[in-house]
Amino acid sequence: MGIAAMLGTPVKRREDPRLITGQATYVDDIKLLGMLHMTVLRSPYGHARINTINTDAARQLPGVVAVYTAQDIKGTVGNIPVAAPLPPHITSGMGRRLPLAEEKVRFYGDPVAIVIAENRYIARDALDLIDVDYEPLPVAIDVEKAMQPDSPILYEEFKTNVATSMHPSSEQIDKIFADTVANGGVIVKERFVNQRLAPSPMETRGVVAEYRKSDKALSLWSSSQIPHLLRNYLAIQLGLEQNQVRVIVPEVGGGFGCKLNIYPEEALASFAAMKTGRPVKWIEDRDENLAATIHGRDQVNYLEAAATRDGKVVGLKFHVISDMGSYLQFFTDVIAIAFTLPMLSGCYDIPNIYSSCDTVFTNKAPTDAYRGAGRPEATYMVERAMDVIANELKRDPAEIRLLNFVQPEQFPHTMATGALYDSGNYGAALEKALDIIAYDKLREEQKQKRAQGKLMGIGISSYVEMCGIGPKGTTPFGLYESARVRIEQSGTVIVYTGTSPHGQGEETTFAQIVGNALSIPQEKVLVLHGDTDSTPEGRGTYGSRTTSVGGSAVFQATERLKEKMKTIAASMLEASASDIELEDEKFTVAGSPQKSVPFKKVAAAANTSNTLPPGIEPGLETTVFFEPEACTFPFGTHICVVEVDQDTGEPEITRYVAVDDCGKQLNPLIVAGQVHGGIAQGVGQAMYEEVVYNEDGQLLTSTFMDYAMPIAPELPHFELGHTVTPTNVNPLGVKGVGEAGTIGSTPAVAAAIADALGVAHIDMPLKSEKLWRIIHKQ
Amino acid sequence: MSVPAAFDYHPATSVDEAIALLQQYGDEAKLLAGGHSLIPAMKLRLSQPEHLIDIGKISSLSYIREEQDHIVIGGLTTYVQIEQSDLLRKHFPLLPEATSMVGDQQVRNRGTIGGSIAHSDPAADLPGVVLALKAEIVVQGPQGKRTIPADDFFVDTFTTALAPDEILIEFRLPKATGSTGSAYDKLANKASHYAIAGCAAVITRGQDGSCSAASIAITGATVRTIRARAVENALVGKQLSETVIAEAVSHATDGEDMIVDIHGSEEYRRKMAAVVARRAIMRALERI
Ligand SMILES: Cc1cc2nc3c(=O)[nH]c(=O)nc-3n(C[C@H](O)[C@H](O)[C@H](O)COP(=O)(O)OP(=O)(O)OC[C@H]3O[C@@H](n4cnc5c(N)ncnc54)[C@H](O)[C@@H]3O)c2cc1C
Repeated sequence: MGIAAMLGTPVKRREDPRLITGQATYVDDIKLLGMLHMTVLRSPYGHARINTINTDAARQLPGVVAVYTAQDIKGTVGNIPVAAPLPPHITSGMGRRLPLAEEKVRFYGDPVAIVIAENRYIARDALDLIDVDYEPLPVAIDVEKAMQPDSPILYEEFKTNVATSMHPSSEQIDKIFADTVANGGVIVKERFVNQRLAPSPMETRGVVAEYRKSDKALSLWSSSQIPHLLRNYLAIQLGLEQNQVRVIVPEVGGGFGCKLNIYPEEALASFAAMKTGRPVKWIEDRDENLAATIHGRDQVNYLEAAATRDGKVVGLKFHVISDMGSYLQFFTDVIAIAFTLPMLSGCYDIPNIYSSCDTVFTNKAPTDAYRGAGRPEATYMVERAMDVIANELKRDPAEIRLLNFVQPEQFPHTMATGALYDSGNYGAALEKALDIIAYDKLREEQKQKRAQGKLMGIGISSYVEMCGIGPKGTTPFGLYESARVRIEQSGTVIVYTGTSPHGQGEETTFAQIVGNALSIPQEKVLVLHGDTDSTPEGRGTYGSRTTSVGGSAVFQATERLKEKMKTIAASMLEASASDIELEDEKFTVAGSPQKSVPFKKVAAAANTSNTLPPGIEPGLETTVFFEPEACTFPFGTHICVVEVDQDTGEPEITRYVAVDDCGKQLNPLIVAGQVHGGIAQGVGQAMYEEVVYNEDGQLLTSTFMDYAMPIAPELPHFELGHTVTPTNVNPLGVKGVGEAGTIGSTPAVAAAIADALGVAHIDMPLKSEKLWRIIHKQ
Repeated sequence: MSVPAAFDYHPATSVDEAIALLQQYGDEAKLLAGGHSLIPAMKLRLSQPEHLIDIGKISSLSYIREEQDHIVIGGLTTYVQIEQSDLLRKHFPLLPEATSMVGDQQVRNRGTIGGSIAHSDPAADLPGVVLALKAEIVVQGPQGKRTIPADDFFVDTFTTALAPDEILIEFRLPKATGSTGSAYDKLANKASHYAIAGCAAVITRGQDGSCSAASIAITGATVRTIRARAVENALVGKQLSETVIAEAVSHATDGEDMIVDIHGSEEYRRKMAAVVARRAIMRALERI
């Protein structure tokens, strides 16, 4: 393969050999001398007052080193950090918490005490010896009931569970709806529940903390997506300087947003290490992960849509209720407001969009970012709306979509929601998907199957999402990304990125970017991440931002070094820098191919300095902070075909086509992998997954015996296609693809199953009993 | 948090040694076979034995053999061995069929038929198969061996006729006579993949083509694995038309207490028991 062709080719992931041969190091593989083990005592109640906690018996168990409760950490450890607390209540402390519950517990799994012991077994045994006198309180579980004045209240001093309530005047949209009716148009209404999900990465969370008293140096290993933000906020929580905290993120076995958070255990293990003077490890168990790591989604939504008789949508009116659970985690309060509301126009050129929003506390685990974070909810609402309209007008769902899309020539386009879309060609992606699946034939087949009494359904979802966060001002801490690039004497390039890839494969794509820019084999590029000591600042991996923001920083830093190398080469070749070209690992004078110097030699000259011309600084190293001016908006169309078993109600996906447009594809193999995994999780939401609490606040889905994750045999063969619509908000022309599959797939599956049963809408998860009841009108 | 309580570990090298250990430690002891039910229960501390007697290494209890009128299976035979047995595929296709639907490959590599039957989870797959095949279950205790007919073995949810100091050592499956077919059908819940309803069916057809014997067992739906006698009675003596079968299976769970959880209501489980029963019977007929 020519070096120039490197970008855009399906290079195999360099990460995989170490991952699939068991040679990778995860947090649980970190073993330090004298290391102690931490376990967490968690609330068995959804809501209760803590009267007393007696830890005497636990402390006396041989092998127990310490037991801590809120009383012990108060004053030393600060509250759990929140990225962007919203007014009015939140700034005054509503939803904020210490890492251990003080007067009340507010969800099943709420941390109450920690045990530090010589090993994990003793630490676990000691939990049973802690005597907590709880006074159980009534719980607020259903989010709409939690908004009522007679509901049990989580934060009594605020007298309500509603944190933020945004209800702009709806006068204008109501008038448009009235006019639509007057002109013979249609209005449809629907209520959607976007159920609560457990992100469930294969590797649960884990922390190892080590503290050196002499110079107040804290080292923290954590399974995290955000090493630098974790360092910065943990320092504040513990009263340390940023430079006294080093965060190391080794291999991470999946995050999906749930590790974009600073959890109680990080500060608690650090506190324990500081107190005991010994390293402390905590590894989360699966049942803790399902109970106390953030959950995703959990919105109740009301939709009203107005359309003309011929299918043009004139207005959408939404009410969004975000169930935040019991406390604020990092982005809990802004998921709905910052990521759902702006996307409520989907791919469609709809002149009037109205949204109101309530964010509400309930006695459940906090919700936060989960793959897609707010955009899947928006996409689901808009796509279901298009189907409900098509159903009402007896029109084909593909047709209704084509009729309402924003057209390619309209970009960049500001939507009625205020979101500024960079580029798109929605019709092309839809047409391509229809083509691959042979849509007309498929509808014919469906007719025949129906005639035979078979329940076949076809669902279409055209999605657009918002990636590559994000422009200045999006968060108080800034959402740029850093890259430090060094070229060694040997010509090997070392990239230190402030992103924190955890399975997405950017060690490979970043090497491709650099190799391509410097015209060297990608094997000569090493990509490092996840240690705040070697990369001083960064923002991490989430929101499909790593390549578009982090990759752009890497690209710009590389370009800078390339320019410097050209200057050095020019002096070595006695030519002008502007005449120097870089190709096939050598610098050449334009038009004189015989005058060239190898890349390696220039790298050596720069690093040894003695032969450098005067005025040129030795070394080849630079740091770039790239801050995008705007977000990117990847899009696509997914089509799902299902058949539902008449007798059992069991749905089966028989075909699945996904056409995604993530801008330029740097590595199609990695893109496909991201799309596959994304679809699997989107299908999971549509058909299987749901976190269930009973009316007493007990978690019923506390193990994988009850929480249904899809497994390979339940997933179809994915037929992938793509279109390429580059963006100009970053120098690489890439948009992001980490979440696209999840965002695009859920509505397609939901639509297919509703279509199979011949109804407008069914709430997820579309489990067999629910479908069986509809089929048999039970 | 999933960490088991402390226990002493006793690897047993023979059945006699294991029985002696059971006698010595009484209520405080538990047998460990494949560990795929017991260890999850211990990690959740639902089970906290002080002594764990590991019989998993007694290789003499792991076999599938043909005897004159029986196929015999050792109590520690793993799912994978059953799944891959040509002998079983020939005589009792429902057994490898049901086994292939148990959990995943890792579970089938370690889990044993004896462990599944002794554990007697009402949602497990093999108890129904053992019932439908009218297995004779051979157990051994301090007083020696005794044989328990499968029909007397499953007492209640997680409760069997096995005494605390006994080990399940062998299953004796009487060979089928005449024109017999068998099948297993299961509707799995999508979380654990245990049965929402499962049915093991063994059907024998007489000279005149009517059903001369039927053995139908239901699992997953009812609080214990049962023989569906009402279904059997409605089949025997009849020509098995679709209507006859549909009528018969509608009685699959008559009078039985049902499992109810987030994966299926009582009503759904009753209806699904009938559906899987019909499918299992139809497939058994095809195999005659
Ligand atoms: C992820 C997962 C999925 C599963 N899915 C399914 C499924 O779909 N269908 C299904 O049927 N099962 C399923 N199982 C359970 C599995 O089949 C177990 O292996 C089986 O139930 C127990 O067999 P074992 O050899 O592992 O027994 P163990 O777990 O070792 O023991 C189980 C119990 O039986 C006792 N015992 C074991 N052997 C003997 C013996 N010879 N004599 C007397 N007592 C004995 C033990 O003391 C213990 O009480 C699943 C398990 C897991 C972990």
